[in-house]
Amino acid sequence: MSNKKLKRVDFIFSDDCKCDEVLKKALEMPNETIIQELLDSGIRGRGGAGFPTGLKWKFAAQEVSEEKYVICNADEGEPGTFKDREILTRVPKKVFGGMAICSKVIGAKKGFIYLRGEYTFLLDHLQKERDEFEAVMKSFGHDFHVEIIMGSGAYVCGEETALFESMEGKRGEPRNKPPYPTQEGYLNKPTVINNVETLVQSFMIMRLGAKKFNELGSKDSKGSKLFSISGDTPKAGVYELELGMSLADFVDEFGDGDTKAVQVGGASGFCVPRRKFGETIIGFEGIPTGGSMMLFNSTRSMYNVLHNYLDFFKEESCGQCTPCRVGCQQLYKGVKAVKHGQMPPEYLEQLQKLTNTMILTAKCGLGQSVANSFSSIVDNFREEIIY
Amino acid sequence: MKNIRDFVKELTEIHGNKRESLLSILQDIVERDNYLTSEAMREVARVLDISSADVFGTASFYSFLDTKPRGKYVIRVCKTITCDMKGKNEILKTMEDMLKIKVGETTEGKRFSLQEANCLGWCHEAPAMLINNEVYTKLTPAKVRKVLGEYIRNKY
Repeated sequence: MSNKKLKRVDFIFSDDCKCDEVLKKALEMPNETIIQELLDSGIRGRGGAGFPTGLKWKFAAQEVSEEKYVICNADEGEPGTFKDREILTRVPKKVFGGMAICSKVIGAKKGFIYLRGEYTFLLDHLQKERDEFEAVMKSFGHDFHVEIIMGSGAYVCGEETALFESMEGKRGEPRNKPPYPTQEGYLNKPTVINNVETLVQSFMIMRLGAKKFNELGSKDSKGSKLFSISGDTPKAGVYELELGMSLADFVDEFGDGDTKAVQVGGASGFCVPRRKFGETIIGFEGIPTGGSMMLFNSTRSMYNVLHNYLDFFKEESCGQCTPCRVGCQQLYKGVKAVKHGQMPPEYLEQLQKLTNTMILTAKCGLGQSVANSFSSIVDNFREEIIY
Repeated sequence: MKNIRDFVKELTEIHGNKRESLLSILQDIVERDNYLTSEAMREVARVLDISSADVFGTASFYSFLDTKPRGKYVIRVCKTITCDMKGKNEILKTMEDMLKIKVGETTEGKRFSLQEANCLGWCHEAPAMLINNEVYTKLTPAKVRKVLGEYIRNKY
């Protein structure tokens, strides 16, 4: 059981901060101090993968190169996630601020925001904010420019190396790792690529100090995080919550009284049935999430949910590696065949084996994580898939 | 309207003529012409000094870079789970009735294309759609009749 209770926090959207002053102060701090603050805070990437942010900045800072880049990953495409849009709408100054601090630490003169094409309506607003930000940078004598690059409707481009390929004018096909982005990222130069929320949190750590951040959360999941809450809930929206709560507490607060399952972490995350709410911790020690929380009540068919996710993956797989391209198609066809009685229920075991192969052999996180939703839905709602 | 040759030239002046410029150039062509003609893709290939197969291969990867004729207004209705649960099918049906086309088709005279899209990032206000870059959320058949009706009557 979790010892953390659900607690609302207000760092990210709080407007108590004079961004320019925080930025000025941070830009005058030694790089080592900034990195140490981030490491002490315990912050891990907020996009889902959870790599320690302080380490990422440190690795990029250690690289020797004339050119380095800071990239803000705003290609928010995971089903059920919409928090980055909210950040970019309400507190873009903190995003630019986080990028500027990172640029100072690693020695980059150029930054990019890669904004998903679906959010093109935000472009004018962000460009205006960017112009104001660059004026502030100029007044501080800090040489750093940000360009906003638009995506064109491809989920896989949220994968960091696919995003570089896309920025380089190519198909958004993920690269092999290593080399990691901090060694060879955009244009094969050392690059820090962070999620929108990670940049804001890093900025807020500079303002509030590592301790204040570190006091929140659990052992492996420090701080607070934004959650995008949708589905069968009377309180759909974006909420900042302390990490480490149990799913039972979460459902008490956000459920509609009839919650059957929660999909934690979007289509590439895990489906948790009601009987496991109590034992499930939201955080890196339990189920991590980029913030997507989709609630389903007893009126929903989990077959439809799984079918919808597989349709999504089959379309969004970049097609580069066979396990993912063919695997997604076969899973999609397979559950349909079982549902319609064209294949026996035991065929689900064969499909499970296929997902294991995908975990081992798919090139990137997309193909590797299809197994998460597939297995957790099939294991927990087998009858609904078959009958 | 400028011919495609002059237009691509103008775009390379804004975005540059390196490979990194490709997506921005293609996006701007789609913004103006609604889709990429083979003539446009060949011209971009010539100016960027890459093969036209490379341009087509890149364009065809991205769902917003259409290489087939599209209408002036592209309607993208979100089909991912929350929008699906909250009545996406009814929304689509209403539009199909109004536009007299099916999903995936374009109206005669190329004014409207009706498509389904993957998660648009508005799950908390589902169901949602885009008409070009404009977002419409919390859709109901009545709201669709109103919004789309205005496009049909007033926007050319």
